Amino acid sequence: MSDEIRLMKGNEAIAHAAVRYGVDAYFGYPITPQSEIMETLMAEQPWETTGMTVLQAESEVAAINMVYGGAGSGRRVMTSSSSPGISLKQEGISYIAGAELPCLIVNVMRGGPGLGTIQPSQADYFQTVKGGGHGDYRLITLAPASVQEMADFVALGFDLSFKYLTPAMILADGIIGQMMEKVVLPPFRARRSEEEIVQESPWAVRGKPAGRSRNVITSLELDPVAMEVNNLRFQARYRRIEEEETRYETFMGEDADYLLIAFGSSARICRKAVELGRAEGLKLGLLRPITLWPFPSEAIAGYAAGVKGMLSVELNAGQMVEDVRLAVEGRVRVRHFGRLGGMVFTPDEILSAVKTKFELKV
Amino acid sequence: MTHELIIAGFGGQGVLSMGKILAYSGLTEGKEVSWMPSYGPEQRGGTANVTVILSDDSISSPILNTYDIAIILNQPSMDKFRPRIKPGGILLYDGYGIRNLSPRPDVRCFRIDAMDAAAEMQNDKVFNMLILGGLLRVSPIVKLENVLLGLKKSLPERHHKLLPMNEAAIRRGMEIVREVV
Repeated sequence: MSDEIRLMKGNEAIAHAAVRYGVDAYFGYPITPQSEIMETLMAEQPWETTGMTVLQAESEVAAINMVYGGAGSGRRVMTSSSSPGISLKQEGISYIAGAELPCLIVNVMRGGPGLGTIQPSQADYFQTVKGGGHGDYRLITLAPASVQEMADFVALGFDLSFKYLTPAMILADGIIGQMMEKVVLPPFRARRSEEEIVQESPWAVRGKPAGRSRNVITSLELDPVAMEVNNLRFQARYRRIEEEETRYETFMGEDADYLLIAFGSSARICRKAVELGRAEGLKLGLLRPITLWPFPSEAIAGYAAGVKGMLSVELNAGQMVEDVRLAVEGRVRVRHFGRLGGMVFTPDEILSAVKTKFELKV
Repeated sequence: MTHELIIAGFGGQGVLSMGKILAYSGLTEGKEVSWMPSYGPEQRGGTANVTVILSDDSISSPILNTYDIAIILNQPSMDKFRPRIKPGGILLYDGYGIRNLSPRPDVRCFRIDAMDAAAEMQNDKVFNMLILGGLLRVSPIVKLENVLLGLKKSLPERHHKLLPMNEAAIRRGMEIVREVV
């Protein structure tokens, strides 16, 4: 057995991956079901090894604004929370998007609305991919479906965020956060040096040398003409991300009569439902969006002609299903199946839902 | 080969840590493993359960509706999970916690009086290790030597002095489990 194969929770994997990626600072505030992220970081004491800062802020609002400040100085900074805490961060996320700064935000979703439950949910889909905060911005959204992806998406999230200078989110849920699986952690890499930051992130506020004008980090632009130019720049960037960074995977989709569409933990449960369905002769397939924004609309549209129906399976009352419908433009029947408020469907329930929603006599 | 287990009882009985030791043992044997707790506001006295899957192939759903093996440590868990054991599966329960055991002829049923045995060993805390021993006897899904390795991995080093006592409890559990016909 390789030393690098570990058994750990998804939350713990995020913390270890952050230290190994060379993250400069984590700012957070505890909330179930993601508290192990900060607990693991505190236990690892990376300030003794890589020099990474780990700080429990006085609130979620403070934490996201610390991220804003850290990102403005060119540092790799992150925060994490769960649904109610993520709501509190929305103003800060909009500001960071408006100021064109990179950072990583982790949401380990729980049942809402309000304080809700601490059990798994995917009801923050709308909040994440349709805005959340105010203004015309988009959030690169990665949906991990395994503990391994919790670890891997830390690097992916930061890489994309720095490439496009816009915030990225890992949108997980209580299942992926709390379950333990095998994981291979990435190798250690060094935090960026002062020189590397100045060279690779020339926009960062690191003190003004002679011979260039001040770097200004702000989302405020009172001149609407200039603010429209800013917005057009953001939109051009978002189109580029849609073209280049859309990610998804399929399972037994080739000959499927009915296509399940699910992300994160729901996709794992759907995979079993596909196996159960196939065992009794029902040709099911699965498409799992890995990026929720950008959404794999084209890939989904590509299945519209070949399948008899699509079922969007989500731990919510029907959110991603709207994007599936937009993708297929009425060419195929699209239905939704979900459980709410922290309840989780079983593979059997999903299989039954396929039969009921498409009136199959099996 | 895939083994799908549910371990269910009261919080404080060591349900989650028993599942963790099984998961570590599977890891030691190079298997794919998943450990999914019913996390919640539940503490000592509340209900707690964990789904553990050990497999030679990659694991799809960490959430299941039916199980190959159910390890049941209190009556509410018996009522909830007994109907969800696959035909041909295994039910292992602690004699102390269960009052009503309605029969399921399609399932092999084993009783272990681990609460009593823990009292005899004058150590409540080895309760879950007695159960684990019982499981290894009736269904050796992982090798004892790997369980001992798994135990070592899942226990913080400061508790390693407790390893011999845990091993003794596992071996005692293997002795006292018996089939209910």
